[in-house]
Amino acid sequence: MSERFLTVLTSFLIGFIFLVPGTQLYGQDEHHETDDAYQETVDVHQAENGHGEAAEEEFNATEYILEHISDSHEWHILTKKDGHHVSVPLPVIIYSKHSGLHAFSSKEIAHGHTHKGFQMGHGTIEIVNKKGETVEKSLKGKIIEVDEHGEMVEAGLPLDFSFTKNVFMMMLSVAILLLVFLSLARSYKKMGTSEPRGLAGFIEPVIVFIEEDIAIPNIGEDKYYRFMPYLLTVFFFILLNNLMGLIPFFPFGANVTGNIAVTLVLAVFTFLITQFSSNKGHWQHVFNTPGVPVWLAPIMIPVELIGLVTKPFALMIRLFANITAGHIIILSLISMIFIFKSVFVAVPSILMVLFMDFIELLVAFLQAYIFTLLSALFIGMAMPEHHHD
Amino acid sequence: MDLVTPGIGMIFWTTLSFLILLFILGKFAWPAILTAIRARNESIRHALEAADKAKEEMAILQADNKKILAEARAERDALMKEAKEMKDKLIADAKEKAAEEARKLVQSAREAIQREKAAALNDMKEQMVSISVDIAEKILRIKLEESKAQKELVDKLINEADLN
Repeated sequence: MSERFLTVLTSFLIGFIFLVPGTQLYGQDEHHETDDAYQETVDVHQAENGHGEAAEEEFNATEYILEHISDSHEWHILTKKDGHHVSVPLPVIIYSKHSGLHAFSSKEIAHGHTHKGFQMGHGTIEIVNKKGETVEKSLKGKIIEVDEHGEMVEAGLPLDFSFTKNVFMMMLSVAILLLVFLSLARSYKKMGTSEPRGLAGFIEPVIVFIEEDIAIPNIGEDKYYRFMPYLLTVFFFILLNNLMGLIPFFPFGANVTGNIAVTLVLAVFTFLITQFSSNKGHWQHVFNTPGVPVWLAPIMIPVELIGLVTKPFALMIRLFANITAGHIIILSLISMIFIFKSVFVAVPSILMVLFMDFIELLVAFLQAYIFTLLSALFIGMAMPEHHHD
Repeated sequence: MDLVTPGIGMIFWTTLSFLILLFILGKFAWPAILTAIRARNESIRHALEAADKAKEEMAILQADNKKILAEARAERDALMKEAKEMKDKLIADAKEKAAEEARKLVQSAREAIQREKAAALNDMKEQMVSISVDIAEKILRIKLEESKAQKELVDKLINEADLN
């Protein structure tokens, strides 16, 4: 049963991405209009710059790096010498209070085009925040809604549920995880108690490690089992996305676990599981910490309450910062080649990148391990044994 | 600043995909895998225990074997000893019996000889008595013959005289 289910699910996930019409690569014959249009913008750009070729532009490392570590509505693969971009367009799904839900290919709004009143934002916008201060907010990489005159509509930024680069790679990782573990489960059913072979032999030690060295010591022999699915899923999800993020080719290399929204969601999951599985001892510890005088309660209770939140917050920041930092370092080292415009810099640069890639490989495992370990630790801490009070 | 501002879309898709992943794996993959690993660990543990047990039993069996062997050997030795004793005793008995028999034979032979000897002596005595009586008789007769002749003569004479 699971085999069929798996096939359907995987094809659904992959197929969904290509449901939106016109998802072929740019630069092909049927997209002459787009190319021409882009060629025009390049020409305009050149005219503005007033000098030679587009390729002679000053290399901006910060922009390059930020572009690579942030999310994107299309998957940029390479830029040809003549200035043509080769990108995989991704579905844009957007909800606007002004005009409702829209779905179209990101191709439609590439290169400054406006589709159904939506276009890629550029420049900054001044927003008055809750304190009444005016802050500048960058619109780069955001989709904005404009009216017929090209002015931004009053409703503010539309809600962007687009199937971006990060979502794409995350879905791919989910598909791979499903494929791997469902087939693994099937092979386990088949092989009974014989020794693990192939993939099972590779993954089983990790599963056993999570069970015996993370879950049991931190949560306890009698209570750990119901948290195993979460711990295993979160470990392999983070690990696979970390590893896929290190592969610099399409459809990998997206900075999924270095995206604050992803780590936020994972941390919130840990937080919710921790709070919902907590027992009386946990709340007693928060509101009436054993051994602390009652008159300290006005200080202790806020501290403990903040402590509840800081734990998952640290989880979120740790994973985000580690993975993003890794990507930044590698990209910086590669940027060196273009900053110095020398082939000779490439040699040490590539060696350093190679070295960093090995470190990042370690970090990929380490961060997945740490997230899982700390999740287990927090869950275990929320279920203290009764014997100490 | 964008880098550390979580986007609503990403939050939505992450939540959705992670929940799907957690649900499907939690329902179809993890229990099966964990149960299988546990079952195998159990079976390995059982197998090891069984092997240990078998080893122990083997040791016990070996010890038993040794004991039985030793007992058998001891019994054999005892039997041999007994047999030897019996043999010795038999021989001794036989010897004794033979000696006794011989002694008895000798005794009876001696008695018979004694008896024969006594009989012979008696015989001899009787013969000697009779011989001597004979001799004496003869002598007496001789002597008596003389006197008898005389007496007879006398008697005859008397008798003749009387008849007349």
